[in-house]
Amino acid sequence: MDSKGSACSNPNPNPTFGPSKLMLAFRFLRALSIVHRTTPASSPTCRGRRIERAAYASMAYSAGTSRAWSRAVLRRLHHRARRRAVAPRRLSTTAGNRAEALRRLVPGGAGMDYCTLLEETADYTKCLSMQVELMQGIVDSASSNGR
Amino acid sequence: MSGRGSSSRITDEEINELVSKLQSLLPESRRRNIGRASASKLLKETCSYIKSLHRDVDDLSDRLSALMATMEANSPQADIIRSLLRS
Repeated sequence: MDSKGSACSNPNPNPTFGPSKLMLAFRFLRALSIVHRTTPASSPTCRGRRIERAAYASMAYSAGTSRAWSRAVLRRLHHRARRRAVAPRRLSTTAGNRAEALRRLVPGGAGMDYCTLLEETADYTKCLSMQVELMQGIVDSASSNGR
Repeated sequence: MSGRGSSSRITDEEINELVSKLQSLLPESRRRNIGRASASKLLKETCSYIKSLHRDVDDLSDRLSALMATMEANSPQADIIRSLLRS
């Protein structure tokens, strides 16, 4: 962000968005090995969903709690552990309701002001694409290593 | 962009800057397809991109699950980490 005081509430000291690839990789691989150890081989679908949650969890942990989207992801994941029912999110109808579709896609997007939403979107998109790249890399590497 | 006075601390210029940052995060192919886009077109494209990333995570999770079924307990992980560190 510029030196002139930006009204956005999350000035990111890191000039390039997103956590380090290595940190993301270690977190996710560790989560994968836990899933591997603890999910019975008889339920591949269940394991797929656990891997997906591990992906979002390691993404969010790597981003840290300074991001609204990562806090929202972790809240969602922790609530899911306690009860199945997910409360429907209601979008605010006051001003600051621009980019509705985007607000539905970015975790925690519903309550944000427009400026913060754009910042959070950039960070979320960057982290998401890194996670996908990581997972693709693992699939490729495991496919070529496997017998 | 509407010039509403209510959120006047945030200038249109700053918003435009943030929106163009989003453009730089789009993959090459998407950036080429939209060319010089308006802010609203850019946001639509970003939504489409995020949705496709969500689908990728979903799909790759299933593939990883399938691969796990064929993996030995510990052996491939060292190889994976090594190949990741190389890239």
